Amino acid sequence: MARYLLKRIFYMILTLLIVATVTFFLMKLMPGSPYANEAKMTLTQRQIMDQQYGLNKPIWQQYLIYIAGMLHGDFGTSFQYSNQPVASLIGARLGASVQLGLQALILGVVLGVIAGAIAAMRQGTWVDSTATVISILGKSVPNFVLAVLLQYYIGLKLGWFPIAGWGQFSQTIMPTIALAVGPFAETARFIRTSMVDTLSSDYIELGKAKGLSRMEVIRKHAMRNSMIPLVTLIGPYAVALMTGSMVIENIFNVPGIGEQFVKSILTNDYPTIMGITMVYCIGLVVILLITDIVYGLIDPRIRLDESEA
Amino acid sequence: MPEERILDVKNLKIDFHTYAGEVKAIRNVSFHLNKGETLAIVGESGSGKSVTTRSIIGLLARNAQIEGGEINFHGKNLLELPEKEMQKIRGNEISMIFQDPMTSLDPTMKIGQQIAEPLIKHKGASKKEAWAKALEMMKAVGIPNAEERINQYPHQFSGGMRQRIVIAIALICEPEILLADEPTTALDVTVQAEILDLMKDLQKRVKTSIIFITHDLGVVAGMADRVAVMYAGEFLEFGGVDEIFYDPQHPYTWGLINSMPTLNSDILESIPGTPPNLLDPPKGDPFAPRNKYAMRIDVERKPPFFKVTDTHYAATWLLAPGAPKVDPPAEIVRRWKKYDLMKQEDKLPKIK
Repeated sequence: MARYLLKRIFYMILTLLIVATVTFFLMKLMPGSPYANEAKMTLTQRQIMDQQYGLNKPIWQQYLIYIAGMLHGDFGTSFQYSNQPVASLIGARLGASVQLGLQALILGVVLGVIAGAIAAMRQGTWVDSTATVISILGKSVPNFVLAVLLQYYIGLKLGWFPIAGWGQFSQTIMPTIALAVGPFAETARFIRTSMVDTLSSDYIELGKAKGLSRMEVIRKHAMRNSMIPLVTLIGPYAVALMTGSMVIENIFNVPGIGEQFVKSILTNDYPTIMGITMVYCIGLVVILLITDIVYGLIDPRIRLDESEA
Repeated sequence: MPEERILDVKNLKIDFHTYAGEVKAIRNVSFHLNKGETLAIVGESGSGKSVTTRSIIGLLARNAQIEGGEINFHGKNLLELPEKEMQKIRGNEISMIFQDPMTSLDPTMKIGQQIAEPLIKHKGASKKEAWAKALEMMKAVGIPNAEERINQYPHQFSGGMRQRIVIAIALICEPEILLADEPTTALDVTVQAEILDLMKDLQKRVKTSIIFITHDLGVVAGMADRVAVMYAGEFLEFGGVDEIFYDPQHPYTWGLINSMPTLNSDILESIPGTPPNLLDPPKGDPFAPRNKYAMRIDVERKPPFFKVTDTHYAATWLLAPGAPKVDPPAEIVRRWKKYDLMKQEDKLPKIK
């Protein structure tokens, strides 16, 4: 297990380096510059500014400086907010995104599992068809469309929840719903397929032959086995949700990291773009590692393979 | 002494609803099971063996429809029993073993829990009692290091060991009837023999009656007291195991026995043709189209069961008074002669 973990951590670091490199050079290919009124700047002003931010050096040197800093835990300072370190900028904004993401993930996955399981148990009936249509809609309607609809009908017309803003729990409800639709649809579809598969397996038949009722068979034998493939799905979803949705945070005016990401791209705030990308990427590799460990906990077959590896 | 009938199936008819139409899978099947005996149901794939046994335990596919008949068990017709009552019988008084031990066990549940489950469900045993009994069962079915292995998962066991576990699950409540649906088909030949020995041994200890489904006549010879030959959803012949093996009467049974490989056979005999389409079952003897001894009446009218002995019946017009004498395959004639010899020398085992 220790050897396996070491190997995994080595690959995680390698992945992060590759992502940092690719992002860095792609970012430099973006048009524009970090300066707000570039057109009015004189050449000298520009040279002074470039020197101050280290933008006058060749790109490969800038790259090496950035990577060296990153390896020391220094993500640089934001261009946009004068002299605020990127790390503290992200730290201040991550909280809102994580809260929203977790709420959406829990809501979406729990409802998705229930809907998927019911659809599988009622396979071929109207319940199943309805669940399928809802999950296709949920997957294909963009969440910002839903967000706007929620704002208009629930927020404005009915006035149940505040339309936007951040600070009270009631303000998190509509963005949570908008964000939860994706994972809900995906989970429902996934669980349905997996459950239909499980329900037709021999051990379910044996469960019935033991005299268990339908609900007992599903609770004791079908649920856990149907959930196994879900673990792979949830990991990346969790990261994507918790590192913020640019669009949803913008629409609901949530001071999250996604909203910050959009701002930093629009202003060519290079250190912030890099910083947020790295946060997303670190989250992803860590979650993938956790996913693999959780996989082993749920499925004994994988547990053994790991200890042998 | 009259045999006590533990299960009595009368005129069972089962259809399957498919897109192509009604498949008449089981067509008027009657048989009984005596207490403590092993009844083998033999027949090729699709003949309705599994459907027949599954109907006993009430585990038919969703598109199956029982069109008629009775399955009597302890004075109750199982076909009319509500689901709640059936659950009390399943795994308790009647249990079942399936064909493929590799997929019969829940991959994410400990073996001990899986064996203990029926006991907790039916006898209200505590978890501790049930696990103690599960351990006992694991030892009884011959799983070494049972104390340690009770906490393991199915993937840590071989196919043969898994089938032993499935048998332990089926027998933990000491059922009166065990339905075994090709329990050794998926296993290696050497393991097959071990499993069959185990089943015979446990049958004596638990005093259970067995319905054993197989397409392997070799397995039947060593296992069964009585044999029923099934074809295209009907029984064609049934009798004591020696009566079927040494005095077969129906041409289909001849074909089955003739296609068993023997040490002296150079070529492997087979029955030409395919079973009839049960969307539109034949009027007469269902085997007639593949039967080289068939007469016109075989196609036109279904033969009734003709009595050979008190225990041996066959549904073929060849047994009707005045039917022409035919020459069965050489292997069958050899068996008939051997049977006569055994009768003369009175070496025939007494059939229950």
